[in-house]
Amino acid sequence: MKALVTVAEVATVEDEFEIDGNAIDERYLEYDLNEWDDYAVEEAVQLSEDGLVDEVVAVTIGPERSEETIRMALAKGADRAVRIWDDSFDGLLDVAAKTEVLQAVVEDEQPDLILSGVQTGDAMFGATGVSLAAAIDYPWAAVVNDLEFDGEIASVHRELEGGVEELTDVETPAVLTIQTGINKPRYASLRGIRQAQQKEIAQKTLADLGLDGVESELELTEMYEPEVESDATVFEGSAEETAGELANVLREKGVAQ
Amino acid sequence: MSDVLAITEHRRGELRDVSYELVSAGRELADDLGGDLHLAVISGQVEEFAGSLSREGVDTIHTVSEGEEFNHDIYTQVTERLADELDPSVILMANTVNGLDYGPAVATRLGRPLVTDVIGASFDGETLTATREMYGSKVETRVEVGSEEVAVTIRPGEWPEANGNGNPEITEFDAAIDESAVRSTVTGFEEVGGGDVDISDAEVLVSVGRGIDEEENIELVEELAKALGATLSASRPIVDNGWLPKNRQVGQSGKSVTPEVYIAIGISGAVQHVAGMKGAETIVAINDDPNAPIYDIADYGIVDDLFDVVPALIAEFE
Repeated sequence: MKALVTVAEVATVEDEFEIDGNAIDERYLEYDLNEWDDYAVEEAVQLSEDGLVDEVVAVTIGPERSEETIRMALAKGADRAVRIWDDSFDGLLDVAAKTEVLQAVVEDEQPDLILSGVQTGDAMFGATGVSLAAAIDYPWAAVVNDLEFDGEIASVHRELEGGVEELTDVETPAVLTIQTGINKPRYASLRGIRQAQQKEIAQKTLADLGLDGVESELELTEMYEPEVESDATVFEGSAEETAGELANVLREKGVAQ
Repeated sequence: MSDVLAITEHRRGELRDVSYELVSAGRELADDLGGDLHLAVISGQVEEFAGSLSREGVDTIHTVSEGEEFNHDIYTQVTERLADELDPSVILMANTVNGLDYGPAVATRLGRPLVTDVIGASFDGETLTATREMYGSKVETRVEVGSEEVAVTIRPGEWPEANGNGNPEITEFDAAIDESAVRSTVTGFEEVGGGDVDISDAEVLVSVGRGIDEEENIELVEELAKALGATLSASRPIVDNGWLPKNRQVGQSGKSVTPEVYIAIGISGAVQHVAGMKGAETIVAINDDPNAPIYDIADYGIVDDLFDVVPALIAEFE
């Protein structure tokens, strides 16, 4: 049983930042393993530790910079990695483009279980996992926050809105999109980090995957900071002064009376 | 070819509010295109739902009486077949947990570009321009779609619910479901977050978010809650980390609360959190990022380090 985990390196933005054209100025970005994918990696590694999965392969679409991030997935227990990049990738890769690339990887790898974070923290499309499932004709379940797997059937909880969970059975091979909170992602151990240096990261281009090129039909044409419509009364001064003013307001509202 | 097909949602016998929002958004786009607005009502009490959805601006409602609850395989098949039949420019769906469980599959099967979590949309000629957020709501973007046939999911709460009565044609659609392609089975539902405390009953909530940094710092906000006679609640990351139980979670996937006073500490105010607390009468934010979206809805704010402010506030009430 082989598990494929899609991982993405995402950019997080500092509180204060500037926009340069249609992108955030590089100086204000930090790169990290996508939060949702961290949980997906952990889930796959736990299945491997439980003996239900023989091999965990991490796949990412990302430039050379993202090797550091995918190595984190290896340090946490993934067995090997595949990194896809092509010089033709620029701007926004839409869901269809990512799906096409990942579909080619699935054809190479033939995984039995694919785990994918619910969304990425930067583009926030939240659609790649289910789109991939449709493209490769695997059953799927989206927004999974609990997984019991017997080697054939994945019994999952899907986290709906309003504190309700839907219980669903999905037959493998399958794609599951993983929600935060499903487990407690581990920190990479020093030993894990050392071992990760020896693990394989296969680099592939579109041509290596047998693709001529992928096209995004979505074009990002504008980026701006949303207007802040705050009409909050903001207290100024030292912590003692602001806390004092807030305390007065709270007392007026009858708090702690 | 200039029509809009909107897929409505229901859960456990009730239409969800977003279904009426889909009518408003769908009508706007159909007006831009000069086309009709079609709704689909799939599974459950379809006739009753179609009656409720007979609002102004709806031209046709297609009902498919197949099963009771949402099943993504059925929704995918029905939407695909309706799209084949109607050839709409836009397939409009909700950006909900269920919307994201079938919408991407529909788009991929039909070879349509997909734009998700849209908060604004309009057509200029045949080009759709969608507004959506990125980087956890820090920026808004405009995205142009270079295709005459698109699939879009809209964020709940961004369009008004359609109101006026309408007189649409209601018609049963024979979707000829392929049962062999229905491969997931819903076995039940579970309410989570029961237990010792019901935060939705509280008059005053002290709510803690990611800004608290470490589990051991939770004590600090517990102390504040105690000093104020308030109930302690939290945003998602705190519950994901296991620092507080699920029954304390405020937001889209947790509880909706409407206390008289809501004190958000170290909470940025992501849209999923705000969905669960915007009904609070008075909202106080303590967050050192002046650009945090929580300040958009706060009535009072202290832009300072919570580790300085919270102890000072506790001292005020001791």
